[in-house]
Amino acid sequence: MKKLINDPKNVVEEAVTGFAVAHADLVTASFDPIFVVRADAPVAGKVALISGGGSGHEPLHAGFVGFGMLDAAVPGAVFTSPTPDPILAATLAINSGAGVLQIVKNYTGDVLNFETAAELAEAEGVTVRTVIVDDDVAVKDSLYTAGRRGVAGTVLVEKIAGAAAQRGDDLEAVAAIATRVNAQTRSMGVALTPCVVPHAGEPSFTLADDEIEIGIGIHGEPGRERIQLEPADQIVDRLLAPILEDLPFASGDRVLLFVNGMGGTPQVELYIVYRRAAELLAANGIEVGVSLVGNFVTSLEMQGASITVLKLDPELEELWNAPVQTAALRWGR
Amino acid sequence: MALDITWTKAWIARSADVISEHRTDLTTLDRAIGDGDHGENMDRGFSAVATKLADLSADATPGDALKMVATTLISTVGGASGPLFGTAYLKAAGAVAGHEELDGADLVAMLTAARDGIVLRGKAEPGDKTMIDAWTPAVEAAATALAAGKDEVAILVAAAEAAEAGSAATDPLVARKGRASYLGERAIGHRDPGSVSSALLLRAAVDATTD
Repeated sequence: MKKLINDPKNVVEEAVTGFAVAHADLVTASFDPIFVVRADAPVAGKVALISGGGSGHEPLHAGFVGFGMLDAAVPGAVFTSPTPDPILAATLAINSGAGVLQIVKNYTGDVLNFETAAELAEAEGVTVRTVIVDDDVAVKDSLYTAGRRGVAGTVLVEKIAGAAAQRGDDLEAVAAIATRVNAQTRSMGVALTPCVVPHAGEPSFTLADDEIEIGIGIHGEPGRERIQLEPADQIVDRLLAPILEDLPFASGDRVLLFVNGMGGTPQVELYIVYRRAAELLAANGIEVGVSLVGNFVTSLEMQGASITVLKLDPELEELWNAPVQTAALRWGR
Repeated sequence: MALDITWTKAWIARSADVISEHRTDLTTLDRAIGDGDHGENMDRGFSAVATKLADLSADATPGDALKMVATTLISTVGGASGPLFGTAYLKAAGAVAGHEELDGADLVAMLTAARDGIVLRGKAEPGDKTMIDAWTPAVEAAATALAAGKDEVAILVAAAEAAEAGSAATDPLVARKGRASYLGERAIGHRDPGSVSSALLLRAAVDATTD
């Protein structure tokens, strides 16, 4: 497997270094321990938002640090949650006194490390609230699993909660908005190829040339089932049906439709996916109010895509459309 | 040998060695039903632990050494294993705090506290195909050995053997916690990586008695 890297041990540090230099107008990076904060942090009087997780999902999360979205991102090793130390250091760097909201994807490692960091931050006098994102319908949410995973819907939670914090909402209100976005968001993904963690040097899993994995997570961890490759429209049908049934979405709903690439799928294919998803929503009487298409929550070089649908209301739509200025999302400012 | 700070340090050094030796095996197991980073993460943590062994003060107790392992693992491992193993060592340290030499009752208290700490953090139960499936039989075997009047080394041997058997018994299970739980029945036939590393650490405690 060819990769454009130096020593696998230095992948995260070198990438964060480049990111911080490229976007020095937006962010400042620290390296011992590693975290990224808004260049103007802490922002006086504003609730601060922090997220993080394993690296390899870029632009998530550092690409969403800036005005109207996150105050801090904490990248761990590739596909490995950060430890509590950098999460605590970043929390202290962004806290203006208005409190800190943790946005955490529901993976066991992320949840445990952010939980520990929250306890440490509270001990230092910072008020912390946590919202767990679990938008992935591929996993059964029951006593018999670790629960649904947090996947592409995380971007929507970070953007909309970030806008709420930017307009001046207090900590409880921002946490309530984040919780509402998560509750109204559903996602499901597909992988066409595996991905290769740099230090492992070989694929995390294998798929035959004519096989795809339906219900993939964002680390290449398997999902619902492995099937023969099908035309794009049929795959979209397989992803969207469980999403629509789950909330459930209904005729007359207005939604945000987000087609996310896993890193190795070209835009031309993502728009083929979007086209079919939009057709299906229209056929179900569901109106697409807002669209987002691109590689935002990736899994290294994996080929594949996920579909995310968020049921909008006027407030959420207004917050989505509010100005944002980050490396990966930028409008209105 | 007496289970004092010399033994504790030997246990920790052997733990770092054995994790390093099995780094690739642990990652291979994790790739099958997890996300393929368990060996790498544990090795990063225990390498840092090995480096810090020399910094322990001359009058450090076994509890002090175990606490150093805990804070180092929490700070360096990441993923789920960092908080879980870190909590295990932290609770183990608390169970024997201040004791200069550990007797059989101390060992059982230490193992029990470690297991209870993992359960508290991870909320897993026996049979969920997690490291608990190594720890719970180990605790029970150690307690049985203590009740039967066995010596300290025999208690450690009983714990290690039970952990190894418990780990092997995860093969046919469907996972109910952690990443492997997403696989459903596809996890059957694979061994839980956290139970394997747990058994390695308990075996290192036995081997350290002959150092």
